[in-house]
Amino acid sequence: MATYKYHILVCGGTGCQASDSAGIIENLKKELEARNLQNDVQVITSGCFGFCEKGPIVKIMPDNTFYVRVTPEDAAIIIEEHIVKGRKVERLLYTDPETQQHISDSKHMGFYQKQLRIALNNCGFIDPENIDEAISRDAYLALGKVLLEMTPQSAIDEIKKSGLRGRGGGGFPTGLKWELASKSPGDEKYVVCNADEGDPGAFMDRSILEGDPHSIIEAMTICGYCIGAHVGLVYIRAEYPLAIHRLKIALDQAREYGLLGDDILGSGFSFDIELRYGAGAFVCGEETALIHSMEGHRGEPTFKPPFPAVSGYLEKPTNVNNVETFACIPIIINKGAEWFASIGSEKSKGTKVFALAGKINNVGLIEVPMGTTLREVIYEIGGGIKGGKEFKAVQTGGPSGGCLTQKHLDTPIDYDNLIAAGSMMGSGGMIVMDEDDCMVSIAKFYLEFTVEESCGKCTPCRVGNKRLHEILDKITKGEGTMEDLDNLKNLSKVIKDTALCGLGQTSPNPVLSTIDNFWDEYVEHVVDKKCRAGVCRSMMRYVIDPEKCVGCTLCARNCPVNAITGERKEAHVIDQSICIKCGACKDKCKFNAIEIK
Amino acid sequence: MANIKITLRKDDVEKLKQVCKEFNNEPGELINVLHKAQGIFGYLPAEVQEIVSKELNVPVAKVYGVVTFYSFFTMKPKGRFPISICMGTACYVRGAEKILDEIKKQLNLEVGATSEDGKFSLSCLRCVGACGLAPVVLIGDRTYGRVTQEGVKEILAEYDEM
Repeated sequence: MATYKYHILVCGGTGCQASDSAGIIENLKKELEARNLQNDVQVITSGCFGFCEKGPIVKIMPDNTFYVRVTPEDAAIIIEEHIVKGRKVERLLYTDPETQQHISDSKHMGFYQKQLRIALNNCGFIDPENIDEAISRDAYLALGKVLLEMTPQSAIDEIKKSGLRGRGGGGFPTGLKWELASKSPGDEKYVVCNADEGDPGAFMDRSILEGDPHSIIEAMTICGYCIGAHVGLVYIRAEYPLAIHRLKIALDQAREYGLLGDDILGSGFSFDIELRYGAGAFVCGEETALIHSMEGHRGEPTFKPPFPAVSGYLEKPTNVNNVETFACIPIIINKGAEWFASIGSEKSKGTKVFALAGKINNVGLIEVPMGTTLREVIYEIGGGIKGGKEFKAVQTGGPSGGCLTQKHLDTPIDYDNLIAAGSMMGSGGMIVMDEDDCMVSIAKFYLEFTVEESCGKCTPCRVGNKRLHEILDKITKGEGTMEDLDNLKNLSKVIKDTALCGLGQTSPNPVLSTIDNFWDEYVEHVVDKKCRAGVCRSMMRYVIDPEKCVGCTLCARNCPVNAITGERKEAHVIDQSICIKCGACKDKCKFNAIEIK
Repeated sequence: MANIKITLRKDDVEKLKQVCKEFNNEPGELINVLHKAQGIFGYLPAEVQEIVSKELNVPVAKVYGVVTFYSFFTMKPKGRFPISICMGTACYVRGAEKILDEIKKQLNLEVGATSEDGKFSLSCLRCVGACGLAPVVLIGDRTYGRVTQEGVKEILAEYDEM
């Protein structure tokens, strides 16, 4: 292997790729070749660094310099200044928003200081397409230990002791799940990795697969050994082409190194992994629906029991875990169950990855110990609300979760606390909202999603959610009544109690939690016909302030329905009966004379 | 299903039959076969579903059931430049709906439709995982981030000559 003086890691995650990180890599390589430095400096496409807000990110090792918002044109200056002359490019360093100082090492950035990376341990540190780099950071060490030194039961006991719970949303103890599958009789069993990340606004599974695919292969193989399976299946979204590409490369490399296939590491244990493609159905995150989809059917859930541990894929015992859950396994084996159990809160151990997004300064992928408070996540890691606006709510758990407010800011995040607060952990989407977001519209947005994604098998979910959506739509149009609010609550409870699967049982959560926490806002919509966030169009009235209007006629000329009248150099008036509330007048007015009331 | 009969290209049909064979004409491989079929034809019209049904020995009703169940499969041909607007929550709270309205207005196109000249088609999707760039619009393989209502015109202009 060649020894390089410098390694330049360029983020190849989805967000950074969308901002042309491939162009940066190409230009860096060109600049290096022009100076004949290609044997001294290695350019690596790494996995996600997490700090998507500042992407594309370029990190230079060994001096740990972290460049942000890099463009392909910056490649020349990075090579010339940093590599050749040994001077940091100040302009591309991260600026601390408080002190206005440049920070070159990510360790000192607020975004990273409170984080603890377990599942994302290798993301951003290795070239995901090179198994040697993964191995240099202990990949497959745990597999060797389990296959050669441990019995299946002792490995299961270790996972049980660690307190690891399913990271896909349910929070079921992983060790126990494995034990149930291992005790299930049968020679033919399956390990399934659920990589069908459907929660809109969550992208951690994708980042792990793109940044550290070997951790998943290793963990699935360990699981196979523990439960007695020889085939693993990754059910992955077809919409994730990069993750699929990298996973395929990783599988080939693992096979080539004898870490997958027959007689792994001379242990006598054989295991291999195949891919199955999802085709875009949120309900397939539910285990039984996922299994049906893998068998080539519509992804409709079935009643449990029987649980997949008894009768799953092809009616054989099957263990399904989510990507992030698997990503925790190797490090638990390597560092021990006690170490893992020492992190987190009493009933939720370890860390959780969150996709922090919405109206927040530092959008990105973060991993924090369980028990971290929402305030720490939003203000210390997330850097507060965008544009200095007022924090209003944070939505966790995606379409199955709920909105938390100001009063929950100091709640330590773990499975049980979030449920007690009327939300749930879910897969880890965390969307921050500010004063400009209408909570009734947010509830409607989620219901729109559920209505579209309901598989239609059971009536409460198929019909009930549609009715919920209709009522919410009515309220946002200013036609709601107080009776509608009662109906929303009652219907939500009925759906929760009677729906067949997890999707239906949780789909009213966004409605119930917004009603609980933002009751005033619902009443305002219904009684005062007012939307304080200014989102519900039909409740808005565009009014011209006669004091400010100079009569330039610009608004009248731009109104698509000719609702504005007035003489030149005199104040204009909007005819409310004609106005379609398109906002064109307000956008055009140079004197800020048009207000929304 | 569709009223108009479409004539499929002969070698494409052969390719599809070959794909079915590669999957051992196994009914359980239906979804994998449909993925490949959509790769060949660009979409899954009734005629394609009928061939798959015959080759895998699965009722055509079941094939249709699966095609319509999953959002990734489409029975309408997409435009040369398929436009997808991310409607994930992160993009939604950062104004994706306004961007969608603007694109609809500019192209005079509804969601799920393809323009008459076959140039653009419009669809919504859920989270592409680039939440840092919200709101996000995809045209073909290109991702446009931090799109503004005003910026839509400029983006579409890039496709004027194509």
